[in-house]
Amino acid sequence: MRYLPLTASDRAEMLARIGVAEIDALYADVPADELLVELPDLPRARGEMEVERIMSRMAAKNLTASAAPFFCGAGAYKHHVPATVDHLIQRSEFLTSYTPYQPEITQGTLQVLFEFQTQVANLLGMEVANASMYDGSTGTGEAVLMAHRITKRRKAVLSGGLHPHYAEVVATLSKMASDAVVRMAPDVGGGEDLLEQIDKETSCVVVQSPDVFGRIVDLAPIAEKAHAVGALLVAVVTEVVALGAIEPPGPQGADIVVAEGQSLGNPLGFGGPYVGLFATRSKYVRQMPGRLCGETVDAEGKRGFVLTLSTREQHIRREKATSNICTNAGLCATAFSMHLTLLGEAGLSRMAALNHEAAIEVAEALAQVPGVEVLNDTFFNEFTVKLPGDATALVEKLARDEGILAGVPVSRLLPGAGLDDLLLVAVTECSTADDRAALVAAISEAL
Amino acid sequence: MLNDKGRSTRSETTDEADMTASTFTGAKALDVEEALIFEIGRAEVTGVDLPAPKGAKSRLGAHARKAPLDLPGLAEPEAVRHYVRLSRKNYSIDAGLYPLGSCTMKHNPRLNEKMARLPGFSDVHPLQPVGTVEGALDVVAEVGRWLVELTGMAAVAMSPKAGAHGELAGMMAIKAALQARGLDKPVVLVPESAHGTNPASAALIGFEVRPIPARADGTVRVEDVRAAIDDRVGALMLTNPNTCGIFEPEVAEIAAAIHEAGGYFYADGANFNAIVGKVRPGDFGVDAMHINLHKTFSTPHGGGGPGAGPVVLSERLAAFAPLPFVRMEKGRPVLVEDASQTRAGETPYGRLTAFHGQMGMFTRALAYMLSHGSDGLRQASEDAVLSANYVRACLEDLMTLPFPDHPSMHEVLFDDRFLEGTGVTTLDFAKAMIDEGYHPMTMYFPLVVHGAMLIEPTESESKASLDLFVATLRDLTLAAKAGDTDRFTRAPRFAPRRRLDETRAARAPKLKWEKPVAAE
Ligand SMILES: Cc1ncc(COP(=O)(O)O)c(C=O)c1O
Repeated sequence: MRYLPLTASDRAEMLARIGVAEIDALYADVPADELLVELPDLPRARGEMEVERIMSRMAAKNLTASAAPFFCGAGAYKHHVPATVDHLIQRSEFLTSYTPYQPEITQGTLQVLFEFQTQVANLLGMEVANASMYDGSTGTGEAVLMAHRITKRRKAVLSGGLHPHYAEVVATLSKMASDAVVRMAPDVGGGEDLLEQIDKETSCVVVQSPDVFGRIVDLAPIAEKAHAVGALLVAVVTEVVALGAIEPPGPQGADIVVAEGQSLGNPLGFGGPYVGLFATRSKYVRQMPGRLCGETVDAEGKRGFVLTLSTREQHIRREKATSNICTNAGLCATAFSMHLTLLGEAGLSRMAALNHEAAIEVAEALAQVPGVEVLNDTFFNEFTVKLPGDATALVEKLARDEGILAGVPVSRLLPGAGLDDLLLVAVTECSTADDRAALVAAISEAL
Repeated sequence: MLNDKGRSTRSETTDEADMTASTFTGAKALDVEEALIFEIGRAEVTGVDLPAPKGAKSRLGAHARKAPLDLPGLAEPEAVRHYVRLSRKNYSIDAGLYPLGSCTMKHNPRLNEKMARLPGFSDVHPLQPVGTVEGALDVVAEVGRWLVELTGMAAVAMSPKAGAHGELAGMMAIKAALQARGLDKPVVLVPESAHGTNPASAALIGFEVRPIPARADGTVRVEDVRAAIDDRVGALMLTNPNTCGIFEPEVAEIAAAIHEAGGYFYADGANFNAIVGKVRPGDFGVDAMHINLHKTFSTPHGGGGPGAGPVVLSERLAAFAPLPFVRMEKGRPVLVEDASQTRAGETPYGRLTAFHGQMGMFTRALAYMLSHGSDGLRQASEDAVLSANYVRACLEDLMTLPFPDHPSMHEVLFDDRFLEGTGVTTLDFAKAMIDEGYHPMTMYFPLVVHGAMLIEPTESESKASLDLFVATLRDLTLAAKAGDTDRFTRAPRFAPRRRLDETRAARAPKLKWEKPVAAE
């Protein structure tokens, strides 16, 4: 087996040094009748070439985003990631190191985390960010728990514009923890009366902008109402590239901001691993979940970085910890940070403008198709289209017949909600003018 | 002078002043100082060429951004240099033995990386029509099949994002099962030796944690579990092999005891890598167990993540598995994403995360599984156990074993009694290992042992590598006992940084870069 350096004679020598006759003597604490004699009923070892062959065949069964005019979003976005990023994250020293528990020999990871935290805080317009969560959805669950700790209340109000998977994650966690959740109906029209729901029992109100239907939400009045009754505003961003173009949640009054960072540095990857961005106000830092990297000095006075404020965390506080998270999304955060460093503010702004422009082009063209209605007044790179028929049927037909991935039917996220005629269309810088024209032509033809 | 291993010997003391001498740049040969991107980047620079937008129209409403973001950019060569320089300040498995107990720093095959990057896996959207991602669903189903087979369990929930998330997933299944039976059993028994995530996961969803003491031999006894059980106990969380590196001899009896009391047995599977192909957790009564794919199945740790923590479930819990899951029908994978798609007997308790889990880790783990096969997986476990016991045999005369009565599994635990009276602590000892070119072992965990040093060499080390490691620890131990305290308390001296002031970091936290206030 190519991954195992020990030879038969090494093993024999080592057993002799230990003073046992055979390996199973070391499994002496396992009840004899539980020790397997037969190997598990699974295939035997294979060479590299064979494994490649098997897995390539599996991969070939999938229609890849780059092979098709591609318009899927709904919380996962296709953006162009510079080749440099994937090269750099495969540096052994980033890829194959552990959590930086020994700071003297992990300054590389630690400095990247410090830079990441700063980039995230600046991007979201917040005072402090942590070193990442698993993803945006689990980060949202953690944000609600954090708000409960801060306000000592246990009711969350979720906007109907929140990504339904995120809402379900919060609902599941809340149900299990016996906390209350008010989940607003899907807010397709943008007219929900969220403010009505915020009362003196409310710990936090969770609002996504741009929301799952693509609309850009004015967070300031919601923050104002929440603060008036002692509740917090948790703002959620599932497409961080939008922040190259729109005002970040911080200045609008958000107390906790959670974002999905996949758009920068990370591939679609069928849904994971992604990276959760998590930021808040300095005064709440001790209630934050997750790792934090901080600046300090070493014994010679040189600047260095360490994991800090760990008295919040499970390895110290155990059942009283602010979260159970341990392993986070380190390498995905590293990729995010690298991509954002390459872009810089200038590149991010330009990327955002390209997305917005391409989305406007498609929205305007689709609005001309008879029977098709674009529901958004505002949007960044994704919007909701009302079709004269079933969106799933259309998407499947276009995938099958035209090789076009036309978007995400709303019913995929909200089955049984009577929204079967709605389609989410996301347009990024990766689409070409031909792709966009092909989508519009295919939809007009299919209807 | 070099010894026969090519290392400079201690007897020829290098002039400390030379080693610590400062240079004009602050850099030392290959160890180059690197500033922060905020100090070297500029707002107008970008390392990405994008076409100019026409920018005539806006649908942003009143929300267009006006303020700058303070995000500096670097041109591509600057960015490459920045990150390559930073990378060189990190220790890594690729560069050396990384004996971090409980963390399983084994070799990360590059075939895994290549497979994960096949566009058919990396460039597919989680919400594409399911007919266009059958190969991706095959991967999810196939990894699940291997896990179920290797653990002897009934089902698996694939979506948890790491070990701790798997604990949460499993404890939620237990809570759902208790609720379905109309039982109010809010207490979970957790041994003191457990990893911090265990009590934290249980507490997150409202379970009360009741600790069970560890016995003097490092194991949990069924009589202690029985004594702790009452009507309110709904579950037990036990790590097996445990965090002291011992296979719990009474685990089957312990499982039976919690089952008799109407409760469930959650096993922390972080140490599954010692027993793959040797013992099946299903055979010792486990109801739920997470598997850290980033430990046992070699997906890289990436400086702290990402991982993946699928949870295998017993017959008693399988029905409660969270959404989404993949069901095989007539040999083809069917994705169940919503309660409306479930069948009789499927009562998912909810959703843990957006989308379907850590696909990028599944592809890597599958490449590892297919490469090893059942025979290679068993051999890997045996080699891991052999290596840990070899290290133990070579060190037990000098270092102190808190639990000498049980063989070790894949990791060996020492305590700090051998350092008594030397003025050297576990921390000092660890830092001196850095000067010898090693990443230290896990320190001060598990908490039940004073000054714990948990060494997990893994199956990836050659005998020569283990021998050098052992010789180094012997040399350090002898030096500590001989009173060479400086070598420890002043360590590390040769790392990119000397010891860092953690108290200062926590007292006045500086968690992000701030523009220096311009001097008058
Ligand atoms: C024994 C044990 N349990 C649980 C965990 C948590 O796993 P993860 O870090 O993947 O969340 C770890 C590792 O960190 C561990 O060592």
